[in-house]
Amino acid sequence: MREYFKNIWAAIFTVSVGMKITFKHLFVPAVTIQYPDVKPKLPERERNRLYVNMDDCIGCDQCARACPVSAITIDTVKALPTEDLKTSQGRKKALWVTNFSIDFSKCCFCQLCVFPCPTVCIYMTDVYEFSEYKRENLLYNFSTLTTEEIKQKKTNYNLFEAEKAKEKAAKAAVAPVPAKAAPKEN
Amino acid sequence: MSVEIEEKIVATNGLKTEYMVLNMGPQHPSTHGVLRLELELEGEIIKKVIPHIGYLHRCFEKHAEAMSYPQVVPYTDRMDYLASMYNEFGYAVAVEKLLGIQVPERVDYIRVVMGELQRIASHLVALGTYGMDIGAFTPFLYCFRDREKILNLFEITCGARLLYNYIWVGGLSHDIHPDFVRLTKEFITYFRPNIKELNDLLTNNKIFIDRTANVGILPKDTAINFGISGPNLRASGFKWDLRKDDTYSVYNKFDFDIPIGEGLMGTVGDCWDRYYVRILEMEQSLRIIEQAIDQIPEGDVALGIPKRIKPPVGQVYSRVENPRGELGYFIMSNGSTNPFRVKVKGPSFVHLGVMNELCKGYMVADIIAILGSIDIVLGEVDR
Amino acid sequence: MTYDFFYKLFGSQIIAAIIQSLLPLFIFILPFALFAVWLERKVSAHMQDRLGPMRVGWHGWLQTVADILKLIQKEDIVATASDKPLFNIAPVLVFVGTYAAFAAIPFSSAFIGSNLDLGVFFIVAVSGFVVAGILMAGWASNNKYSLLGSMRSVAQIISYEIPTMMVIITIVMITGTLNLNTLSEMQTGHFWNWMIFGGPVFGVSKFLMIPFMIVSFGIIYISTLAEVNRTPFDIPEAESELVSGYHTEYSGMKFAMFFLAEYANMFAVSAIVVALFFGGYQSPFGYVGHLFGLQWLVPIEQLLWFAAKGLFFVFVQMWLRWTLPRLRVDQLMTVCWKYLIPLAFVDLIIIGLITLI
Repeated sequence: MREYFKNIWAAIFTVSVGMKITFKHLFVPAVTIQYPDVKPKLPERERNRLYVNMDDCIGCDQCARACPVSAITIDTVKALPTEDLKTSQGRKKALWVTNFSIDFSKCCFCQLCVFPCPTVCIYMTDVYEFSEYKRENLLYNFSTLTTEEIKQKKTNYNLFEAEKAKEKAAKAAVAPVPAKAAPKEN
Repeated sequence: MSVEIEEKIVATNGLKTEYMVLNMGPQHPSTHGVLRLELELEGEIIKKVIPHIGYLHRCFEKHAEAMSYPQVVPYTDRMDYLASMYNEFGYAVAVEKLLGIQVPERVDYIRVVMGELQRIASHLVALGTYGMDIGAFTPFLYCFRDREKILNLFEITCGARLLYNYIWVGGLSHDIHPDFVRLTKEFITYFRPNIKELNDLLTNNKIFIDRTANVGILPKDTAINFGISGPNLRASGFKWDLRKDDTYSVYNKFDFDIPIGEGLMGTVGDCWDRYYVRILEMEQSLRIIEQAIDQIPEGDVALGIPKRIKPPVGQVYSRVENPRGELGYFIMSNGSTNPFRVKVKGPSFVHLGVMNELCKGYMVADIIAILGSIDIVLGEVDR
Repeated sequence: MTYDFFYKLFGSQIIAAIIQSLLPLFIFILPFALFAVWLERKVSAHMQDRLGPMRVGWHGWLQTVADILKLIQKEDIVATASDKPLFNIAPVLVFVGTYAAFAAIPFSSAFIGSNLDLGVFFIVAVSGFVVAGILMAGWASNNKYSLLGSMRSVAQIISYEIPTMMVIITIVMITGTLNLNTLSEMQTGHFWNWMIFGGPVFGVSKFLMIPFMIVSFGIIYISTLAEVNRTPFDIPEAESELVSGYHTEYSGMKFAMFFLAEYANMFAVSAIVVALFFGGYQSPFGYVGHLFGLQWLVPIEQLLWFAAKGLFFVFVQMWLRWTLPRLRVDQLMTVCWKYLIPLAFVDLIIIGLITLI
């Protein structure tokens, strides 16, 4: 019997306590903001869309190797020694980066590609609204060379390699064949 | 999968009765993720519960064999996505054990602070969604409002709010932000009264107590036999916490209690106990954070990270105390830069196995209460 | 009064009666249902520290209109295995059951849909249509979840009608009339003449009755909460347990009918509670119209007071919904049969004894 009235009292009391809390919250200002009219201020280390500064990229492939989902694809062509290729700091580059594409439908924004870059040319920006209607548009190409330029660089390199091979063959024909056996003891 | 329907022949008038099979399908507002529960009902009483899993299987263990050790860390994040810091913590501890290296003290203290903040965040989700399953919509939003503050702390540290890639093998990816200590202290003072508010609103509410007390009672020996760990085991009355009993990192330097279930509102080991143990654990986590945040030593967090992780041939099993239970990593190395085998013992997978035992004899409405109280995350069940 | 007005205008009793009965529907109830949906969303949002609808109209007040437009243009999906006649009639029955109750509710001294001498009895009887409608909806959906939901809902509604009736009998015992209009007129004067404060007859019995009247008010408020399937008694439409209960299979306009019927029902039961206990359309302080000698202002003021009181109780219903968790089916039945009915009985007997004093 006592249990019965205790139950009734417990129900009424706890319900009133709960109601008091929600009533108080009616007057607390909202904690939400009216996105997209108001955008939140993101901290500086925020991990959003990547950006690659192609002037600084030396084509070392470290970022592509570090990526856990293989979102980065890099193709390079060796530069001729006569070509003057420099980063923005003045360091000499040895490779033309013909293709640097990041597939943002694969990128998991883990930031593992940012740390190994020796020239800090790949970094995360604060852009997070980059949705597209077509999935192909999420494949970002950062390379600045046009298709003709790429073809030209490749043919240059192939010619250079062919010339080097010819020179090497010519030198080998002119020079005496080095002695294979040790000179006989007298 | 075909279902075995038990046919019960009533001898008196020769009628065959069948149990009704109800499917709480993969798309359901209350099965915390994509879980299919096949229920055999007799009217409203449950005879059998068969969980069907695998809807969220993403081949984590197979992926890990193709990645190098640092690249596995983003994948471990995505298993138990509500407690990502702890997944990374467990993996880092396991690989460091395999390599035999010791991390700087600063790294250990920061890992503890992050881990405990993550524990509070994870418990907030568990409590909020549990309240929502029972029907109280408001505590869910209050819990998420508090969780936002924790996620902001994580955001200023490593840039992400849910999947961090912060705790690396041998150290951390970033040092903590200069404002971090101040903001964490502000958070602690902000959060303590909110636990009391949550208690007033939900924990001590008579209707909530009626729904959860004496429901889904898990006795201590059944829990141990099924391999339950974490808050579920502690709610059944058994004092077992890996932070104290199999200590790792610098947990042995802090002073905190292990709350166990005492059957305050019903029996020991019922749903209310499991809920209440989580609330008490949040308070204890606040204590740990308070102590740790003042004692962080100076140092360099990136110092101990090896350039190339190439462990010697061998294997290791190491376990940490996830917010959900005992998270174990078994890593086998064959000397190369990629692990040969990474097997994860996820606590939610084990806890799902005890559902059948817990649900026998209760009603359909109680299944939701029981499933919510054992707090599973499908990412960890299916990996 | 309005009946006479329309009779004079159209010269036919039938047309006047029809217009008179349709008036509350279109002028008050439908706009109210739209307003109540908006209010619920705003109240729930502010209780949860957020803002609710903000974009459609000023602070989102056109949101419900947008929702209704959306529901109207949706495809009306009828499952092939469902029982089509029952499936189509069910929402209509539920709608009719709730809206017909408004015929006997006195909105103001000048306007009452139909001045029945059996007002309260009519309201409770017509609400029974809702039960039949829900049963039909659950059965015709050919869906285990819907069937379970509708069975629970029916059990809940018919159980909770008993405490409601007992409290109504208490009031009838004190006042001697079933006519809601007369009941409201009896509570004239100031707020101490309201039923909850013991009724208009001054005396020792009035003060003795006050605590028991408060208990009766509590009982009827909780019972009517259960009748309209609001939390903590919303098992039939519990989203997290049975998806949507008996209206899972409905889409488009039929769903809109269930939806609007629920909010109209909320107001109907609040209106009954107000009429029985809180003076109906009477103002607690006297009328501005009387003060300035403008007699035509008084019915309008009464309408406003009635709407305000009804709205307050609707707000309390919403407040309870967003605070409390849900009761399980057997606990719901326990509350009704083991707690509310004995209390209502004891209350009835005690108040009966007090009236004899």
